[in-house]
Amino acid sequence: MSALGHVGGSTGTPAKLEKPRKRWLPYLLLLPGGLWLILFFAVPAIQLFATSLYDPSGSLEEGYAMTWQFSNYADAASEYLPHFMRSLGYAALTTVICLLLGYPLAYAIALKGGRWKNLLLICVIAPFFTSFLIRTLAWKVILSDNGWVVTTLDALHVPLPDGRLLATTPAVIAGLVYNFLPFMVLPLYASLEKLDPRLLEAAGDLYARPVARFTRVALPLSMPGVVAGTLLTFIPAAGDYINAQLLGTNRQYMIGNVIQSKFLRVGDYPNAAALSFTLMAAILVLVFVYVRRAGTDEVL
Amino acid sequence: MSEQRHGDSGADLNLVGVTKSFGAFTAVDDLSLTVPQGSFFALLGASGCGKTTTLRMIAGLEEPTAGRILLGDQDVTRLRPYKRPVNTVFQSYALFPHLNISDNVAFGLRRRGVKGVADQVERMLRLVDLESFGKRKPAQLSGGQQQRVALARALINHPQVLLLDEPLGALDLKLRRQMQVELKRIQTEVGITFVHVTHDQEEAMTMADTVAVMNAGKIEQLGSPVEMYDYPGTAFVANFLGQSNLFAGGVTGRSGDDVLVEAHGARFSLPATRARAADGSVWLGVRPEKMHLAAALDKVPAGHQSVTGIITDSSYVGVSTQYLVRPAWGDELTVFVPNSGVAAPLAVASEVTVHWRPEHAFLLSRPEGQTVAPVVDAEALA
Ligand SMILES: Nc1ncnc2c1ncn2[C@@H]1O[C@H](COP(=O)(O)OP(=O)(O)OP(=O)(O)O)[C@@H](O)[C@H]1O
Ligand SMILES: [Mg+2]
Repeated sequence: MSALGHVGGSTGTPAKLEKPRKRWLPYLLLLPGGLWLILFFAVPAIQLFATSLYDPSGSLEEGYAMTWQFSNYADAASEYLPHFMRSLGYAALTTVICLLLGYPLAYAIALKGGRWKNLLLICVIAPFFTSFLIRTLAWKVILSDNGWVVTTLDALHVPLPDGRLLATTPAVIAGLVYNFLPFMVLPLYASLEKLDPRLLEAAGDLYARPVARFTRVALPLSMPGVVAGTLLTFIPAAGDYINAQLLGTNRQYMIGNVIQSKFLRVGDYPNAAALSFTLMAAILVLVFVYVRRAGTDEVL
Repeated sequence: MSEQRHGDSGADLNLVGVTKSFGAFTAVDDLSLTVPQGSFFALLGASGCGKTTTLRMIAGLEEPTAGRILLGDQDVTRLRPYKRPVNTVFQSYALFPHLNISDNVAFGLRRRGVKGVADQVERMLRLVDLESFGKRKPAQLSGGQQQRVALARALINHPQVLLLDEPLGALDLKLRRQMQVELKRIQTEVGITFVHVTHDQEEAMTMADTVAVMNAGKIEQLGSPVEMYDYPGTAFVANFLGQSNLFAGGVTGRSGDDVLVEAHGARFSLPATRARAADGSVWLGVRPEKMHLAAALDKVPAGHQSVTGIITDSSYVGVSTQYLVRPAWGDELTVFVPNSGVAAPLAVASEVTVHWRPEHAFLLSRPEGQTVAPVVDAEALA
């Protein structure tokens, strides 16, 4: 810089050669996304919040009165606490199973995939080519009482709870895992792909056995992927209702099922909105605590 | 540095017929060598000749296609890397980016369950001149500092064999000399076997007990630095370790203890003890600093061999002046004349006689038809 300044001083005004920094450019680039967010996220969220405080005795046809009905929240929490707990429990279990299944898969693809990498990745996202609903319906058929899975297990004398698979908690969890596994695998793959295999070699050279090599080097370096993957799995799984509806019974119903029926079948908008908001707040708090504990910014 | 090394006596490193192929390409070709315990072994060679591959096989990061690797009596050819008393300073450093410098250095000790490593780590960091950097992450260090961390991280384990893959490449000259001295001191003190890969032939010659020059996956020659420089085994080595003037010629006979050689129509002789070939096509070689210049043929001391030519270039490099002299047959000779102030500088385009003592020459066998000496691509060494 000083050399430049010196040259500038002797030849004239270097400042004129340099164009002024375009300070407004970043804001311009932010504009489309920002507008989109305001229009399709902020406005509906505010509307939803307002709805959650309407008088629940109204209806869509007759209109609602804004009565600042905070009791909607208390009602929602007291009546549907089991559903909330079940949702969070199912989502947590789903996330753990997805992580246990997805990590080795992503690891194998990223570090051992070689020239098959892309093909294997396509296999991971292949289910997306069919609709979520159709795929879950397909599982309903597969797990049904006279489907081939149950008959095969029967023939092998494997004991099943109540002699069936469909309409049980394991079926719902299995459906959730199946549907959200790609959301776990893809971010894990992205961060494991960046992992320098030479670091694993160095760890081995420095007396790290395979387990230590994993816990001390591979895992810490893939934490950003683990955090992203668990969030992308946990958040949608906690709000899911399709799996519980198609593969479970009302004993497996999650908070999503309650919200869905309140909105679409009962037409109780204020309570449905209060439930939605409570779920959102619960997830936000959990995610915040989790990200703080996982300390992703510590990881490069 | 007071700890004892793992093994005791008789833990030489032995490579027996080690070969490594990547598909159809042979990176290391039937390589056999012995590195005595506690010695400093330097591996020199052009880029891509298989040095890193050789180290990786010793470290256990690559499995040889054929051959065996022995540490003392123990066959370690198929032993996992973490079970070998061998550590590596990687060419790419390979520091753990998520750990700070202290934790990087402590990594090996901790994996072996050593408790209370803080003192050792601190001592090691002091040794590489990085005491105050323990809390930093590798990304916050310069290239040379990272290299020193890589060195400390390997050294702290006191392995039986330390593999160094160009560990000083990124350091500036001053620090490099300092680290060379430091490395040599540690090596003699602790008695670790060092296998040191370098591009810097001066570094190899000043530090190593034994130097091996590799070429295309094979060891071209192996010996003490003095021996290798003074009496190289092949034309490749003659040009790889320092420079050499090589005359393509043929042996014409013997005269007592001397071998007679004819090259480019001129006759030369040298003691038979300096000849690696007794007949056929040969290279007659003389080091540039062993050649002297005389203004006229009658000024050549008795018993010296000589060639006359024209000076085509002279470059002053301080301690010496380097002349290029073109003899009748064209291929220029390089002559280093020390600037001792005794003789006046010679002018370009003047005629001179290049002369040397017969016992300073050496004779190497030359493949029939090879007339241009194998020269090492200077670019490849960078
Ligand atoms: N995994 C691999 N697959 C295929 N070829 C390889 C592999 N590793 C090394 N090679 C080849 O083997 C040869 C020797 O490589 P190596 O890394 O041992 O060279 P080097 O002597 O260390 O070179 P440099 O001085 O540039 O570090 C090179 O030609 C390289 O391309
Ligand atoms: Mg190399």
